[in-house]
Amino acid sequence: MDDFGVYLLHQILAGLKTTISLFVACAVTGNLLALPVGMALMSRSRWFRYPASVFALVFRGTPLLVQLYIAYFGVGQILASVPSIRYSPLWPLFREAYIYAYVTLSLNTAAYCGEIWRGAILGVPKGQSEAGRSLGLPSARIMLSIVLPQALRIALPSLGGQNILLLKGTALAAMITVFELMGAANLVRAQTFRVYEPLMAAALAYFLLAVVITSGFSFMEKRLTSRYR
Amino acid sequence: MDLTFSWLSLLSFGDQGWGDELLRGACLSLAIAACAYIIGLLLGLVGAVAKLSGNKVAVVLASAYTTIIRSIPDILIIFLVYYTATDAFRSLMSHSGFSSEFQLNGFVAAAFSLGIVQGGYSTEVLRGAIIAVASGQSEAASALGLTRRQIFFLIILPQMFPLALPGLGNLWLVVLKESSLVSLIGFTELVLVGKMAAGASRHYLLFYASVGAIFLVMSGISAALINLIEAKTYRAWRHG
Repeated sequence: MDDFGVYLLHQILAGLKTTISLFVACAVTGNLLALPVGMALMSRSRWFRYPASVFALVFRGTPLLVQLYIAYFGVGQILASVPSIRYSPLWPLFREAYIYAYVTLSLNTAAYCGEIWRGAILGVPKGQSEAGRSLGLPSARIMLSIVLPQALRIALPSLGGQNILLLKGTALAAMITVFELMGAANLVRAQTFRVYEPLMAAALAYFLLAVVITSGFSFMEKRLTSRYR
Repeated sequence: MDLTFSWLSLLSFGDQGWGDELLRGACLSLAIAACAYIIGLLLGLVGAVAKLSGNKVAVVLASAYTTIIRSIPDILIIFLVYYTATDAFRSLMSHSGFSSEFQLNGFVAAAFSLGIVQGGYSTEVLRGAIIAVASGQSEAASALGLTRRQIFFLIILPQMFPLALPGLGNLWLVVLKESSLVSLIGFTELVLVGKMAAGASRHYLLFYASVGAIFLVMSGISAALINLIEAKTYRAWRHG
């Protein structure tokens, strides 16, 4: 391989590491937050329902790119102007673009997946929870042991799709200076004036990551539904 | 109060504020989204028909198209399409003897690259809708002696429309938000205007939040319109 190939591979691998860590961190946080968001969306109390609806509306109604800009440039600038944060020992953390990308992408995923959970819980037949109530189970128990396992099976395909969208969303983190796959491709592009090789290399890496995530989700789907076939 | 006043003047129309620029940017965003949506629907229709045609080559090509679009970040595809299209156009122009300094029109390039991404999503929606039209319909039509083209345009296409409507509405909401990505290939739509305004005035939060709010309003109005159309079509479908 020539010098350019080695250089490109080196940068792409460095970017790949950040992409994977960003994706895993956001997928874990976002999916964990999604269930509470989904429950809050369906809550009978307006103190839970209204904030959750506004949260979902804002994150689902605006482009991810704009959300990242607001977080990094907007909120980042405000945080920098607060002296108690600016001169705190935690400041290096607040300066990192990675943190802003992590928070924004996690919340974005939580909003979308929360809606998926809401739909899935509504999709579980009513008779299931009625049967649980007739057996005298407390409502938390009905939710945990009867409704949620069935809702998970309904939600899983959509959750898989949403996690692929999260992977694709991490590419936008490059636009707020996070050095991940897309950022690596852009760097090589700017330094060598070669356009196609870095972009194709990054595309291949994203494609392989997507294949891994998709097969992971279809494995889970098979495991969860095998008993019911 | 001073701050509020300066914010208001920054967002006002006229020389001092960026209000008119933002409004123009929003209109361009809508125009780009609409063009990309139409290009995407045409590509999606071709892709859906190819997927259902049974022709092996067509099926493989269409499946490769949707798989690539679904698993590679949209911004990467937009970059790739944009550079390929401009390079191809430029070499075509220099070969045919026109000036080599030719630049592809920004609007066309943006709408085209966004439309190709959108086509991948549209393929799935339209394919689902075509399948959902009962197979007895096309069987009855072929029993009446209609050609395959007639069956598609006269029987299937009109019936799949109400079935595809929820998916089509979703696609519009997606493309409206995705139109923000063409700011990254240098097309001055809403997000790039917001970026320029934020950079010039150094009020980042104000301008990016305004851009977000404008998008929120646009998607809110779109969602309301889509609900209206769906309700109307549903009623016509039931009573018709």
